Amino acid sequence: VCGADRACALCQCVWLYLIISLIMIPAMFGFSLGISETYMTILMKILEWATVKIQKANLDVELKASASNGLIQREDGSMEKELGELRRSRPKPPVGGDFTLSDCFYFSRKGIESIVEDEVTQRFTSEELVSWNLLTRTNNDFQYISVKLTLVYGLGIFVRYCILAPLRLTLALIGLSWLVIGTSTVGLLPNSRIKSWLSEWVHVMCYRICARGLSAAICYHNRENKPKKGGICVANHTSPIDIVILCNDSCYAMVGQIHGGLMGILQRAMVRSCPHVWFERAEMKDRHLVTKRLKDHVNDKTKLPILIFPEGTCVNNTSVMMFKKGSFEIGATIYPVAIKYDPKFGDAFWNSSKYSMVSYLLRMMTSWALVCNVWYLPAMHQQEGEDAVQFANRVKSVIAHQGGLIDLQWDGGLKRAKVKETFKEQQQKKYSSMVVGDDSSSNSD
Amino acid sequence: MGSRASTLLREEEIEEIKKETGFSHSQITRLYSRFTSLDKGENGTLSREDFQRIPELAINPLGDRIINAFFPEGEDQVNFRGFMRTLAHFRPIEDNEKNKNYSGDFIAFRLYDLDRDDKISRDELLQVLRMMVGVNISDEQLGSIADRTIQEADTNGDNSISFNEFIKVLEKVDVEQKMSIRFLH
Repeated sequence: VCGADRACALCQCVWLYLIISLIMIPAMFGFSLGISETYMTILMKILEWATVKIQKANLDVELKASASNGLIQREDGSMEKELGELRRSRPKPPVGGDFTLSDCFYFSRKGIESIVEDEVTQRFTSEELVSWNLLTRTNNDFQYISVKLTLVYGLGIFVRYCILAPLRLTLALIGLSWLVIGTSTVGLLPNSRIKSWLSEWVHVMCYRICARGLSAAICYHNRENKPKKGGICVANHTSPIDIVILCNDSCYAMVGQIHGGLMGILQRAMVRSCPHVWFERAEMKDRHLVTKRLKDHVNDKTKLPILIFPEGTCVNNTSVMMFKKGSFEIGATIYPVAIKYDPKFGDAFWNSSKYSMVSYLLRMMTSWALVCNVWYLPAMHQQEGEDAVQFANRVKSVIAHQGGLIDLQWDGGLKRAKVKETFKEQQQKKYSSMVVGDDSSSNSD
Repeated sequence: MGSRASTLLREEEIEEIKKETGFSHSQITRLYSRFTSLDKGENGTLSREDFQRIPELAINPLGDRIINAFFPEGEDQVNFRGFMRTLAHFRPIEDNEKNKNYSGDFIAFRLYDLDRDDKISRDELLQVLRMMVGVNISDEQLGSIADRTIQEADTNGDNSISFNEFIKVLEKVDVEQKMSIRFLH
């Protein structure tokens, strides 16, 4: 019995030393031992093999390679063009307004097209994969194909849930607690260059540990464009993990509402070591106050660049939705960043209506890995004669173009809110001008 | 693999829908995926609210009328079969199946004929016109447009438009091309 006890204690010691030396120390000092690279290479080979196997077995079913293509082909003609064609068959009446019974065809077809397939609602659910990636959650249609595939799938479950998940959980906990302890300690120092340097080092180190806690493989491109102090960094938003991804490489000041509970402890600790912009819930409603505080932060050139996600909500990383103009009115230099996740290794999108934060993080920890690309784009400034909305759209299209995402004008807030009536009124106005001409207020009879 | 919906839709059902509506197998499975993604309540039927959650449909001036086309008289829920039957009206008809039950002009007629009495009355026409133009045209002008439209179409003098009169007005318009949706694969 004594021997078994000692063996147990020894095991635990070894396990802890292994974690520290193989994972934490490289994470803290930013170098890599190549373990995760090997894991990723093996994983890629397995997924490729699985795809080939599945495709061979499904020769009679049409390939879902066209999953990213639409179900229908849309007519993208303008209202004027379409109605003009519909009305071609009859002469324009001399008085009384140009209306014909076939006018409704335009609206009904557009309506049915949007019922079959629309640009907005699909952005709030996870992206459909072209081929299965051996995770239960992406396939509710599991058909038995071969013994080997099932074995690999079963092995995958064991590896992910019993080996990787506990490991990742440990790392995440270590990372977060170290963040709280480290920043509070640094916060005790008087303000000086050393304090800022230490604070940055503590932040980056803890985020690196957290990133290892998610098996994140991040590739940064164009690092010469990294955001500098006194600027605002804007990026597309897929999940809260975006923060970990970006903070692995550089230090940012966060903006947000102060929460209670664990989140609040984290926020209060962080602000002790370097200035972040936290708001009380009531303050967030006051737009002038928000703008003023952001402006003050940005004008102080010793403070870190602010990180903002102008979409205001998480979308599924296939598109970029409307950017809220608030951050673009401040007049600071904007550093756009594009983040694109590879869905093969795990779905990074947080569907907040379906999963709570905790279950989302657990799902992340039981995925294969988190693979993403981050592109730093050149700094942008508001140009002469350009208002905040146009500037925001310009930045948005640059990000969308780089990340290979679709650039949408729709508001991410449509996830929860109804669309504004003004859009319908715009359509009605446009149609009216086609019926009575532009002077719709006159009585031409 | 990967379509979560196809396990819940049995092969026999797909075959029946295929025979009834003419959609292909893959089109039916993809439309079933779409149906389930719209079905937020996950009870196998769609309500009017489920449709109105589509922003592009919500801003369509005739959005409510189009949604109505899916619901049988007096009902508030539509199942997948009903969904497919309505969509079938918008599938381009191949030459060898001129099936009058599924044609674009029938749906268009229904858009105007709110009370489904197979006649478009002046009031019904006015209502639809009002939906399409919003507040931008006066009542009198709208009234005269409606009167003129009925006058042109009405051949039997009952001051309303029947389905046959409706078709006659539209005979020069290529209904198939204008109302049908180009489904891929």
